[in-house]
Parts: sequence; C-alpha cells; structure tokens
Amino acid sequence: MSRLSALIARETTLAWGRGGGPLVALGFYAGVATFLPLAIGPQHDRLAAIATGAAWVALALASLLSLERMFERDYEDGALDLLLLSPVPLELTCLVKCAGQWLATGAPLALGAPVAAIALGASPTLAPLIFACALLGGIAFSFIGGIGAALSLGARRGGLLTAVIVLPLFVPPVIFGGGALANFESGLPWTGGFAFLGAYAAAAVAFGPLAMAAACRNALS
Amino acid sequence: MRGPKNLPKSLDHRLITQLLLRDAAIRRGGRLLFEGVSLDLAAGEACALTGPNGSGKTSLLRAVAGLVRLEAGEIGFGRLDPAEARGGGLHLVGHADGLKAARTAREELTFWSRWGGGAHAAMLEAAEALELVPLLDLEVRRLSAGQRRRLALARMLAAPRPLWLLDEPLSPLDARWREGFGALMQRHLDGGGLILAAVHDPLPIPSRSLELIA
Repeated sequence: MSRLSALIARETTLAWGRGGGPLVALGFYAGVATFLPLAIGPQHDRLAAIATGAAWVALALASLLSLERMFERDYEDGALDLLLLSPVPLELTCLVKCAGQWLATGAPLALGAPVAAIALGASPTLAPLIFACALLGGIAFSFIGGIGAALSLGARRGGLLTAVIVLPLFVPPVIFGGGALANFESGLPWTGGFAFLGAYAAAAVAFGPLAMAAACRNALS
Repeated sequence: MRGPKNLPKSLDHRLITQLLLRDAAIRRGGRLLFEGVSLDLAAGEACALTGPNGSGKTSLLRAVAGLVRLEAGEIGFGRLDPAEARGGGLHLVGHADGLKAARTAREELTFWSRWGGGAHAAMLEAAEALELVPLLDLEVRRLSAGQRRRLALARMLAAPRPLWLLDEPLSPLDARWREGFGALMQRHLDGGGLILAAVHDPLPIPSRSLELIA
C-alpha cells in the first residue's frame, strides 16, 4: 500500500505540473465561455440551447491537453523502467497513473463544467447533473486517454497520434452524457444515458490498464 | 579521504544467490549485437562488463532486468523465479536515471525508496552515505551530473536489493567519489550482494570481467 500511495502522490503532483490544476481548467472554460458568444452571437436562447453540449465537448477536448506527457516523460527519462522493476504489476501502476491524472486534471475540470454551462445560459437546476456527468466522463477520458498515450510512446508526433487514437473512443461517453443532459433538460428520462456513461467509465477503468501495460512493455522492449 | 558513513546493513530475504547467463544473444533493430555470452556470478562477486561502444552492454543489462528480450539463451537467478527476482531483487542504474528535473532531490529519493519498499531510516542513511543531505532541498535540475548520479545511486541503498545492474556508474563521478562508491560496492558484496557493471575504466574493486566483442 505504501508503494501505491507514494505513486498516486507522485502522479498527481506530476500531472498537476504538466497542465492540470484548477487554474488551467477554469482558464480553459473561461476561454470557451468567452469565445462561443463571440463566434455564435450573443442571442441568449441560442447560447442556452447549446450551453450544456458546449461544456461537455470542452471537457473532452481539455482532457486531451495533458494526456501526451502522461507516459512519455517517464519513458524518456527512464522512470518507466524503474516503475517496472517492482512487485507491483504494471497494470496496477498504469491504473494508479490514470487515477492521478484524473485527480489533477479531470476533477478540477469537472468542477468547472457546471460553471461554464451556467455562464453560457444553461439552467442552474442542471448543475448537479452536469457535475456528475463531468466526473464520470472525466474518468473515462483519463483511462481511455491513457491507452492512447501509451500506444503513441516513442512516436515522433506523440500528441497528435494520441488525439487521433483517442478521439473516436471519446465518442460514446460524449453521446451518453450529452443525451442524459438533453433529456433531463426537456423532462425526459435521463438515467439510461447516465448509466451507460457510468458503465463506459467502469469498463475503461477495468480494461484500460491492461492495454496500457501491454503498450508500455512493447515500447520498452 | 573520508570514507562514506552509515553503510547499508546486509541484505535480507529474497536473496538472489546467483546470476546465470547461458549462451545469451541479443538482436536489436535487426542487428545481432552478440551471441554465446555466458556468465555464472555468485553472491559476493562483481563482474565488469566491457566492450566497445555499441557492443550491447546496456542491452545485456536491460535483458537481465527483463526489459529487453533475449534472441537466444537464458537468464537465471539461482532458485528465484525470474519474475520475482526482477520485481524485488535487483536495481538498475543507467544513463536515463528516471529523476524528474522539476522535483526536489528529497521528493525523488523519498518516492523511489518507498517504491522500492525501503524504510524511511534507510533513505536518510543513504542520503548521508552519499553526502546528499545538504542537496536534498534542491531541484534535480540544479544538481551537477556527478551529484545527480549520486542521487541515483542513493536509491539503491535506500531500498536494499541483492543484484545491482550498473551502466557506467562511475563516469560522471570525481576521483573521490569513484573511490567512495567503490567502498559502497565492496560493502554490498560483503553483505552477499552481486554486481554486474558495464564500464570502460576498471572497477575500483576486485571483479571478474566479461568482454563483449562487437
């Protein structure tokens, strides 16, 4: 346990330094909330209609920003070798790395999501569901993103490759979460979409680390 | 010359009592680096791995650590299962030292000692033995190459493991520390440890040698 608690502390601080933390998250949402009215026009009902969707898409894109360096730095400086020389299975190490990534970037982004949506004109009653969707979605984005980051290890334009690998896999949570939010807004049953989002996040946590560990081993050997 | 103080205690359980290479061959990028390399290293012995640049010294060390696959031959760790030996029985110190430039020496040493399963007291002793105590609050980027190497070496003392795999451990060290690290290596051997070190200059301790021919 001491090993894992040490690792999660390290990963969280490293992810924080790579572009996580509340300031970056809020800055990103502030950008979205400022640019959208400028690009689309200031009509309130038009903005309100897309507010939740915009915040949701912004979350998915913001999650991409810090993914690239998740494994790359440890791979380049040799830390990944040393992480491997441990009784802790590499799968568990990858899981903890993603959890640290989520704590440092996903959780602050989830806090910012309802603020951005409301600033764009979404109804404040939506805020708890936006927050819950963003929390779950963030978990899915971190663990799916980790697969992309591990697969692109050693590639010359790793960040671009990560985005290309990961974006199609971001589609289901975006659809499920967006559907739940749209249904809630129009008074339709929303729990189905939300449950699918949760299931997708759970599957990402369960299977993502297996894929990441295999990709890391392959990159090292 | 003042010798390093507070040397690590002898090693406990999970003893690797032997490192055995039998007819090892490694191929990297389609090129056969070497073949037919054999070695039988017992507890308390050190082996200097020599050979010209590109002869595969680093690859051989990484193969022992399980990071590179052998093309042919096998690697054994005495009675110990290879997965167990690699999980908790060996240290690898290479050119890429895994230290993060933006973190302090203390943060890095603490993390790696906990990751290696070492106790806090052992971590402090290691910092003292390598005279790192005054440097602990500096960011790793502020350390000189030699200080940084000492920090990487301190990780091995902070979490004692029997087999040390060293890739040119002496190159950035000054004369005093070459001798000082020699004393630490000797102490490790006296405690029943094993050392396989890729070097260009001779090791400062009695050792066997294995030459790779390009």
